[in-house]
Amino acid sequence: MSMQPVKFYQTGTFTVGNRLLGGHQRTVQANMRRTNSLNSGHRACQGCGEALGARYAIDAAMQATGNQVMAVNATGCLEVFSTPYPETSWQIPWLHSLFGNAAAVASGVAAAMRVKGKRGVKVIAQGGDGGTTDIGFGCLSGMFERNDDVLYICYDNEAYMNTGVQRSSATPPAARTATTMAVGEHPGNVFGTGKNVPLIAMAHQIPYVATASVANLRDLEVKVMRAMSIGGSRYIHIHVPCPLGWGSAPADTIRIARLAVESGLFPLFEAEDGEITGRYQLRRRVPVEEYLKPQRRFAHLFGKVPDVHTIAAIQAIADRNVRRFGLATGSTS
Amino acid sequence: MLKQMEGSLAVAQTVALCRPEVICAYPITPQTHIVEGLGEMVKDGQLKNCEFINVESEFAALSVAIGASAAGARSYTATASQGILFMAEAVYNAAGLGLPIVMTIGNRAIGAPINIWNDHSDSMALRDAGWIQLFAETNQEAADLHIQAFRLAEELSCPVMVCVDGFILTHAYDRVDIPDQAEVDAYLPPFEPVQVMDCSEPVSIGAMVGPEAFFEVRYLQHHKQQRALELIPQLAAEFEQRFGRDSGGLIRSYRCDDAETIVVALGSLVGTVKDAVDEARAGGHRIGVVSICSFRPFPLKEMRAALGRAKRVVVLEKCMAVGIGGIVSDGVRKSLSGIQLKGYTVIAGLGGRAITRQSLLALFGRALRDELDELNFLDLDWDIVNRELARGRQQRRAGPTAENILRDLGQVAARIA
Repeated sequence: MSMQPVKFYQTGTFTVGNRLLGGHQRTVQANMRRTNSLNSGHRACQGCGEALGARYAIDAAMQATGNQVMAVNATGCLEVFSTPYPETSWQIPWLHSLFGNAAAVASGVAAAMRVKGKRGVKVIAQGGDGGTTDIGFGCLSGMFERNDDVLYICYDNEAYMNTGVQRSSATPPAARTATTMAVGEHPGNVFGTGKNVPLIAMAHQIPYVATASVANLRDLEVKVMRAMSIGGSRYIHIHVPCPLGWGSAPADTIRIARLAVESGLFPLFEAEDGEITGRYQLRRRVPVEEYLKPQRRFAHLFGKVPDVHTIAAIQAIADRNVRRFGLATGSTS
Repeated sequence: MLKQMEGSLAVAQTVALCRPEVICAYPITPQTHIVEGLGEMVKDGQLKNCEFINVESEFAALSVAIGASAAGARSYTATASQGILFMAEAVYNAAGLGLPIVMTIGNRAIGAPINIWNDHSDSMALRDAGWIQLFAETNQEAADLHIQAFRLAEELSCPVMVCVDGFILTHAYDRVDIPDQAEVDAYLPPFEPVQVMDCSEPVSIGAMVGPEAFFEVRYLQHHKQQRALELIPQLAAEFEQRFGRDSGGLIRSYRCDDAETIVVALGSLVGTVKDAVDEARAGGHRIGVVSICSFRPFPLKEMRAALGRAKRVVVLEKCMAVGIGGIVSDGVRKSLSGIQLKGYTVIAGLGGRAITRQSLLALFGRALRDELDELNFLDLDWDIVNRELARGRQQRRAGPTAENILRDLGQVAARIA
């Protein structure tokens, strides 16, 4: 697993100083030669988790490949905020075709690179959860199944944010979206729905699957660099809070992402050839309330009378993740 | 070299001579033999430097081609019927991005009811997507058009569909002259893209475009097609010079010089129409045929010149714009704007309904006597239609239309001959 053996947990802060690490362990972002592949000046909202995740991911991929990266983007926030014509934030070859075909277009770019003999060039496809887990799912599965030489990165903010916060198959239970309204007997998204695309990716037996979070950007970078060192189909699913859609403070993006991890709701793990090879174990588990409370999309759970049943049901999901992925400290499963 | 071969194989061998670098394959009848043929040539090493990719849908097939073409590879795919509808979003996208992909359409009806036989509903559904659409009359032309299509696509940075009638051409064995590699190489230079994904010169392709620029981008697609109106005859002329065959071009006239009646048709139907016209001519009727090869761009000027002196025009089309009638006839009518003549639309051959010389001769007879309606349906079985309409009047829960009609017909072999 990519986690640092160094014990440098600092209570009250969510940043880790590079000065505590050796040169080779320092983040790509701390490097003067970072490429700023997704350059400043784009139109993302304040506190956008996706912009943060994409910047770290692509710069790490650039470092890993000697700046030989091309990206294919699904339609969505990342596409729209990065390329308002005639401006572009991308400092790399970048192609946007449609909402549901990023994986297939990337397969095509990779095929062109193969046929042109440009073996050093690496192709990344990227999209949000809607473009990945819903509309782009067929193409994604096809790309996995053919083991095409592409890293697909899903920036998961748990709803269709670009169109105004509608439910996707990555929207968690009880979350309020524009199409899972916080009204009626069971406000918010229903339980027992949705899909876990990292596990589905693993079922394709592709060489590398990982989950990552903007709460742990160094871990994210290491996973991207690991992915870039492997051929074939690879998948990284990054949890990226959306202040607008989640109703959270822009300044809280990283804190909320960390609470998702530390509560067990968003397990961080790596898998190779369909088998889990590493997981991030929780040093200080927090109850799910801590994660849910700062987000207005869950506000209906915390009215005058808190909805303890629903909160308990969400806690059960976190507990199951902890068991299933072996997230408890010292767990070996 | 002249060979007796299946239409699909002729197309596959010719496409291979065009040195495609990425081929995306997804099976759908009746185009499947084409990609099978290409796949075999890639696998056994005949077609070198080519990636043959088995994808999971037509939407993916064209999407992979989009990625490959944007990255500078000569890209090809083939589809038909439901397949082109399933990839419709990508069809527009490829044109909007100006990617010179060549795609064969093995023309086939669109369901429901599901039907695998030939008509032109599939290409026609995407006629305004920004692709050039060339219709082949024979297997020889189907093969030849692909060589011209790659050249045309790449000169304009505009995708091209080569429309080949399903089964009638794709599965028919005919004598085809397949050129040799050197001849094709001399006609078709290597692909030099206008935009390319290159790490040393990064560009963004496919940006969000608002009202301030979208209109101009869209207009320029129209401009490309206008340029194609000049380029298509030039490329056909050069092709004839090099290969010694008249293939492609915008439109072709047959026995039209003194014709009072001109039949307009496209695709493999033209051959049958020519036979029927010969027979009508033998009976003393001044009748001719204009066949359309380039349906998009639509050659308005050339059509006007070819039809303007006739007394009547009969447009025979294997497609129907439900709710209005003809699709090809709309273009023909536009080309004749201000000219007074009698115009008839004849919808024929939908879902593979045979268009026989006998039916055509009867149709011409009625046309010459001006007995046709403005909109006609060749060999439509009105008894069957009326029986189903009566059933609907008699009871609310009349049941599914197609199944009712099949039950009325009883046990019959599909009439595809």
